[in-house]
Amino acid sequence: MVLGLYNYWIVVLLMMIGFYIVIAHGNLIKKLVGLTIFQTSVFIFYISMGNVDSGSAPILAEGVSRYSNPLPHVLILTAIVVGIATTALGLALAVRIKEAYGSIEEDEIQIQDQLTEDNSKC
Amino acid sequence: MLAHLPILQVIVPLMAAPLCWFLDRSKLVWLFALLVSGFSCLTSIVLLQQVMSSGTIIYQLGGWDAPWGIEYRIDELNALLLLIISTVGTIVLFAAQTSLQKELPRDRHTLFYSLYLLSLTGMFGIVATGDLFNVFVFLEISSLSSYALIALGKDRRALWAAYQYLIMGTIGATFILIGIGLLYQMTGTLNMDDLANRLAEVNQTRTVFAAFAFLIVGVCLKLALFPLHLWLPNAYAYAPSIVTAFLAATATKVAVYLLIRITYTIFGIELSFSILPLQNLFMILGLVGIFAASTAAIYKTNVKHIFAYSSIAQVGYMIIGYAINTSTGLMATLLHLFNHALMKSALFLALGAVMYRVGSVQLSQFQGLGRQMPLTMAAIVVAGLSLIGVPLTVGFISKWYLLVAAIEAGMWPVAVLVLLGSLLAVIYIWRIVETAYFRPPLPGREPVKEAPWTFLAPIWILVLANIYFGIDTRLTVQVAQAASQSLFGINP
Repeated sequence: MVLGLYNYWIVVLLMMIGFYIVIAHGNLIKKLVGLTIFQTSVFIFYISMGNVDSGSAPILAEGVSRYSNPLPHVLILTAIVVGIATTALGLALAVRIKEAYGSIEEDEIQIQDQLTEDNSKC
Repeated sequence: MLAHLPILQVIVPLMAAPLCWFLDRSKLVWLFALLVSGFSCLTSIVLLQQVMSSGTIIYQLGGWDAPWGIEYRIDELNALLLLIISTVGTIVLFAAQTSLQKELPRDRHTLFYSLYLLSLTGMFGIVATGDLFNVFVFLEISSLSSYALIALGKDRRALWAAYQYLIMGTIGATFILIGIGLLYQMTGTLNMDDLANRLAEVNQTRTVFAAFAFLIVGVCLKLALFPLHLWLPNAYAYAPSIVTAFLAATATKVAVYLLIRITYTIFGIELSFSILPLQNLFMILGLVGIFAASTAAIYKTNVKHIFAYSSIAQVGYMIIGYAINTSTGLMATLLHLFNHALMKSALFLALGAVMYRVGSVQLSQFQGLGRQMPLTMAAIVVAGLSLIGVPLTVGFISKWYLLVAAIEAGMWPVAVLVLLGSLLAVIYIWRIVETAYFRPPLPGREPVKEAPWTFLAPIWILVLANIYFGIDTRLTVQVAQAASQSLFGINP
């Protein structure tokens, strides 16, 4: 029962790992890596969900009568595209942040922001 | 043509966004964008009329029947939201050209209008669709474009704010995606109406509870419910003025809509309010949000920050109306949704006008502006009064219904706390009024001129709307009542 659902355990594990990286790491690129792992775990979750026992890939072929559910695959194709767009935008922002602040470490950026804020007050 | 309005609402701005690149002349693109959003404004008015006269409109994409194909479903709630987004979007856009000249290099103007239209598309899509996965896709369209819009801000902190928003927004959207997946696993359908029917059979399973929790947390991240609001203040403060005015009036409202849709339509009232202690949870978070955010607003020195925190507090009011869980409470939420969009867009546009003339929205820069920019400051005062909830403004109407709902439900302490929360708003509005009217102009600064008419016209349209809907409440109350009653299954 528990081992039979091993792919869901992997999903949960990856989800936790990804989420932890997003929260714990201060490096902007590492955060994005964590975010990607987090999103990928959801992709695996959808794909496992669409699986039918001894079903083949949902492509019409001779001699096959059992297919996996194609809908989750299609949905996740969309979600993958969205994930790519998010990662690309995040990386582009990281590049711009590096140009503007000279760093991609969260704490250094916050120190610089604090300095700007103090200057604008006086 | 009339039958296709639900899809035209979404598809026209979507198609128009890439077309912006062919025009590539700042003024021309602006006119084009204005035309497109003006069209969606007209569409939403016609849709609202149709819905109010003949009931829910169902539009099947490509002619496929509902559970298999995607359907767009417009009822009173959707129509009200579409109206809010499209009108505020259009009015704000009117001032965009003037504001952008000061805040954005010329070569980025096309990009701005293109992103603006995409963001509109996303919000229209979320509201119009009756398919849960479509919601996710449109949510990402509007979110991705708003991250980019925020990053356009002049200050480098805008980049950092956009990045943080991206991380938190994506976590929220992924949570929603997980929730949708779990629901699909249990029911095999993505259509909201169909889901509602099928969930009845499986509603006591742990998977459905998990799906519910994921969806609620994801949506609450998007609507900046305290304590998930951390992305909001900086994102609003450092984005270009137009973007702030637009997002403050629309983005969180759409998320509130989604929350209502998920709990009332998909899961149904009994299930939603019985699985989790949702009522108590939201009531407490809403109240704490009002006090924490209003207090934070009092201590801020950047006026955009002040109003950003005030937005979080206003979300608190909406959530309280929602948590009261009666038809009147929901109606108060919907009214506040509409009214808050009017107040905040007027306030942030006025701040945009200050930004245009003074170049900064630090509170200290407001000294003496009461004499130098009388019309802009008067607009801030009126919209500020509306934010506090003074009679004859829209803010009074929504708070009135909120109090009525709280008292009807026997929640006296809530009513008292809501009133106390409004007093905090008096303090931060007064700080601005005092600086603008009772302090001498900053020494050594050139006298500031009144904002150009392209700014004043949209600001005052919104301010007058604030007063008009505060006196003549027939339209708003009627629509909000119809929407909340249909969600509660009461036939008027």
